Amino acid sequence: MIETTVKIVNKAGLHTRPAATIVKLASKYKSEFFISKDGLHINGKSIIGVMTLAAEMGSELHLTFDGDDELEMKEEIAGYIAGGFDEL
Amino acid sequence: MKGLKEILKHSDNVINGIAAAPGLSLGKAYVFAKETLEINHNELTTDIDEAIALFQEALEKSHKELKKIFGFAKEKMGEVRAAIFEAHLMILDDPVLIGNIVERIKGEKKSPEFIVDDEISKYQQLMFGASEHYMKERALDIEDIKNRIIRNLQKKRWQSKIPLQAIVVSDNLTPADTILFTKSEAVGYITDHGGLTSHAAIIARSLNLPAVVGTHDASTKIKNGDFLIIDGFHGIVFINPDENQLEYFSQKITHLDEINRDLQELKDKPAETTDGRKINLLANVDVSSEIDLVITKGAKGVGLFRTEQIIEEFGEFPDEEEQVKIYSDLANRIYPETITIRAFDIGGDKVKQFDLQEANPFLGLRGIRFLLENESLFKVQIRSILRASVYKNVNFMVPMVSTIQEIKRTKQIVQECKAELTKEKIAFDKHFKIGIMVEVPSAAVMSRDFAKEVDFLSIGTNDLIQYLMAVDRGNDYVSALYQEFHPSVIRTLAHIAIEGKKSNAQVSICGEMAADTLAVPLLVGIGLDSLSVSPSAIPSVKRTIRALNYEKAKQLAEECLNHTSEVEVTQTIEKFFKDNLIQRTRNIL
Repeated sequence: MIETTVKIVNKAGLHTRPAATIVKLASKYKSEFFISKDGLHINGKSIIGVMTLAAEMGSELHLTFDGDDELEMKEEIAGYIAGGFDEL
Repeated sequence: MKGLKEILKHSDNVINGIAAAPGLSLGKAYVFAKETLEINHNELTTDIDEAIALFQEALEKSHKELKKIFGFAKEKMGEVRAAIFEAHLMILDDPVLIGNIVERIKGEKKSPEFIVDDEISKYQQLMFGASEHYMKERALDIEDIKNRIIRNLQKKRWQSKIPLQAIVVSDNLTPADTILFTKSEAVGYITDHGGLTSHAAIIARSLNLPAVVGTHDASTKIKNGDFLIIDGFHGIVFINPDENQLEYFSQKITHLDEINRDLQELKDKPAETTDGRKINLLANVDVSSEIDLVITKGAKGVGLFRTEQIIEEFGEFPDEEEQVKIYSDLANRIYPETITIRAFDIGGDKVKQFDLQEANPFLGLRGIRFLLENESLFKVQIRSILRASVYKNVNFMVPMVSTIQEIKRTKQIVQECKAELTKEKIAFDKHFKIGIMVEVPSAAVMSRDFAKEVDFLSIGTNDLIQYLMAVDRGNDYVSALYQEFHPSVIRTLAHIAIEGKKSNAQVSICGEMAADTLAVPLLVGIGLDSLSVSPSAIPSVKRTIRALNYEKAKQLAEECLNHTSEVEVTQTIEKFFKDNLIQRTRNIL
């Protein structure tokens, strides 16, 4: 299992479109993926779960990946979040 | 024919609201009450496999429905607004949510609808608990998904209940609701809540249907099947109209149809007086979907694009890329005509997001005052507008300016943004025009000095009249003092036109006043170069301009400038219409 913490850098925060993209990216991998923030611990493959995260610009998400393809999965998802959802 | 005021005076079956989309319709009311679904809490009566199959079937059905809505929404509202439906579709495939529901049906042996309700409500509770404003909206959006699945579990088909061509009345409408009613050929929308940028208003405007929103209690006062008249020009609704009202409005509708047919022919003709003075006739635009209307109505560009609605739409400040996309899209669609984009006019009544708790928001931190206090945000917008200016058809306008320092500082920031973009090798129009809204009396008085600083002045009559007459037109006690034709207003407009010209700035008007055909000869007569009005008013204003003689209009203005009361002014203009045999699309707009 690997863990990492990423910061939301977008002005708009984690709005609906990137939430959907994160879930789409996560579903490509076999590993399990969880996001924690402010005591909420949600499955990153669940869109309704990701949508319950109110993540403003500057807030931090704690990500855990567990499984065979955890490394690649972490690279892509953490990169997508830290890179500003390809919107910057 | 009696006037509207007369009709209203004797009416006790009227509901007032915000005129959110122009037009007139008669029709039966369809009161859309959010279904309070009866949830069956009982133990399962069928076996578990059957219950799960039922649940899967309901999911599939919901999927089909939403997919249709998504497709229709993309077509009607564009990709960005439709994106929320895509996320909704994904919820129906959410492995965690669906997995949990199936497990719980197996384990608890309760009815699937109870489990669906309970499971999705948990997420909604979390969203409602968040302090961010947009999370509450999100929770409401999800309500739609939850109810859809439950409804399909109960095999209820509420769509079949919607009569065709009804006037839809509701406390509030979700995006999905609004789209669905559109499919049933709704002829008008009335809501208790919401403003100009609510979904119902936006869709109604893009479809050319009347909407009255913010009525507070229409959905309780109006009963299903009531006969209604909806007047989207004035924001009024008549419930079960009497003979007088019916006669009045049927005549108006017939008249409106005739006018629309006539006006259609004007589309490609210039807005030019009989003696050859060309007036730049432009459109005011609130939401991007209205731009098609601008083109079909024959405007020569957009004189005012209000950007505040974008914030409401995104629920937050859109970032630079999001803004560039919106502005570039608009500039492309209106090309080769020009679009004037106004910086966020936040404060006052415009955006509730910043709850500043000001005792008097209209005299508080709004417009340019707010933007200069929040410079990073202002910069993002300026950079975005600059980046959208590559085809040289974008102007920039600053709201609520009251001092020369404010415009000087704004110009400095624009320079800084230009320097940054040049350094980053990003293209923009080097001759990008900057103008100000003249809507504060201090700016009106010093028009000549402001005109030296900028390329154009645009008069915002709504606020200008409000500040000049010191009257809140939303306040019933004093709204009669909100007089568009008050001599002080006319003289101020003339002063701005004359003084602005002294410094070679273009002077235009973009307030509601310009859409009133009665005001047109006067506005042309005092020498305004361009008029910007709502798209639906373009044809009637154009027709008035084309019937005018500029020299005579100047004389009319002269005469009105000497009057001392509003009544004298309006009587003089009415006489002018009569003497010159100019047809007025009276009381239609």
